[in-house]
Amino acid sequence: MQSKFNLLGRNLFDLDDYSTDEIVAILEATQVMKQINLRDYKKLPTLKGKTVCTLFFENSTRTRMSFELAASRMSADVVSFSAETSALAKGESLQDTVYTLNAMGIDLYIVRHSCPGSPQLVHKHSSKPVINAGDGRHAHPTQALLDIFSIWERLGSLKGLRIAIVGDVTHSRVVRSNLIGMKKLGAEVVVCGPRTLVPGYLPEIYGCEVEYDLKTALKNADVVMGLRMQIERQREGLFPGLDEYTRHYVLSKETIRWAKKDALIMHPGPMNRGIEILPEIADSEQSLILKQVANGVNVRMAILFLMLGGKA
Amino acid sequence: MNMKSKIMDASAIERAIRRIAHEIVEQNKGLENIYLVGIRSRGVPLAKRLADYLRQIENTEVPVGIIDITLYRDDLSTISHQPVLKGSEIGFDIENANIILIDDVLYTGRTVRAAFDALLDFGRPHKIQLCVLIDRGHRELPIKANYVGKNVPTAQDEIIKVSLAETDGEDSVKIFIRADVEA
Repeated sequence: MQSKFNLLGRNLFDLDDYSTDEIVAILEATQVMKQINLRDYKKLPTLKGKTVCTLFFENSTRTRMSFELAASRMSADVVSFSAETSALAKGESLQDTVYTLNAMGIDLYIVRHSCPGSPQLVHKHSSKPVINAGDGRHAHPTQALLDIFSIWERLGSLKGLRIAIVGDVTHSRVVRSNLIGMKKLGAEVVVCGPRTLVPGYLPEIYGCEVEYDLKTALKNADVVMGLRMQIERQREGLFPGLDEYTRHYVLSKETIRWAKKDALIMHPGPMNRGIEILPEIADSEQSLILKQVANGVNVRMAILFLMLGGKA
Repeated sequence: MNMKSKIMDASAIERAIRRIAHEIVEQNKGLENIYLVGIRSRGVPLAKRLADYLRQIENTEVPVGIIDITLYRDDLSTISHQPVLKGSEIGFDIENANIILIDDVLYTGRTVRAAFDALLDFGRPHKIQLCVLIDRGHRELPIKANYVGKNVPTAQDEIIKVSLAETDGEDSVKIFIRADVEA
């Protein structure tokens, strides 16, 4: 049977390049991969002979492992490039790095870089499909897809759901990609945090709501997502102190009561327990946090299959 | 689209499936440990119909599973379109089971090869048998069906189109010339 969509050879820079139907097609493929990952034997022969390169210029353990596991389970060969231990430390330019890797026969790149637009640059120099694994504050589309999938498989649809995202929105690429994807699937999103950490221009760009008061933000929420407080940013003077943040915005048993009963709790990790979220909530029945991690592998297998599983 | 000939109608298809059901019972001396697995997409309704006949004949419920071979195809790198991924649904333990794999058309044998691989990743069955509605020849792998609805000698440029009520709205098997289909 032939699909209406063709993601072969496409890039995944962010979700705005993808139609609602294409996002749903990714979610459906993810469901199939999930079944595979629930089996005793988790390996597929699908991408035998393809080579995938994770090109990481910024530290990340979980995202890289998740991608590498996904590629290995699909039988692709995986090579890893880390900025600190590479020729980059010797002064090689990104362009030359990509030329070099390309000469080794890489079929697809997975790129993380602190500078927005780097994945596009890698595509420009390699002419190979590129998956953005996080570029600066810009985008992190596979994280958004795994978040969306986790909600979608639990509640059946995102249509009409009210989703509250709480924390340091300004510095979060996860939020930006999620706002695009959740909106496309018909959810209402409210972002919440201190004024200094929630840009006022978001509603205009993404059609979301902005709320500075946690209680108001959580009202009627079906899903509550906490974001990691980037502790290293406290020096920038954007908030007075972590305890003050916790006092106003922590997700706890007490504050979560303001949302709908049994609202789903999410967090992209890594968590600062005791700062933005308390263990009583992170480890509760309502929490999807570990499901998100498992779905990260599922969603990345689906994307690798759709982008690489065929003639590009 | 220019059809060359219609080689089976609804009643011919039904008779073939019913006869195969009897053959299955005969060759396996009953239905002990027998499980049916249909290959997506048209193997699935065929498997269900076969299970209906087996119930009528032996008064036994034979479990039906579904196998999706998309992720196991050996021609993914040559096809330009994107196949739809629907997944397998094997609701039983295939360890030591007697599996009867069902598809509509047996041609090069590559689909069946992929189905073997897909199935074996679920466990180690005792035995796999193959059942097809049409065997049109031109094998590229050494694969032979245990149960065949109809042998149809064909030319390479011909296309066999099996339609089933469940998936296509009618029951028929037709032959087309390849050029006509693509036009």
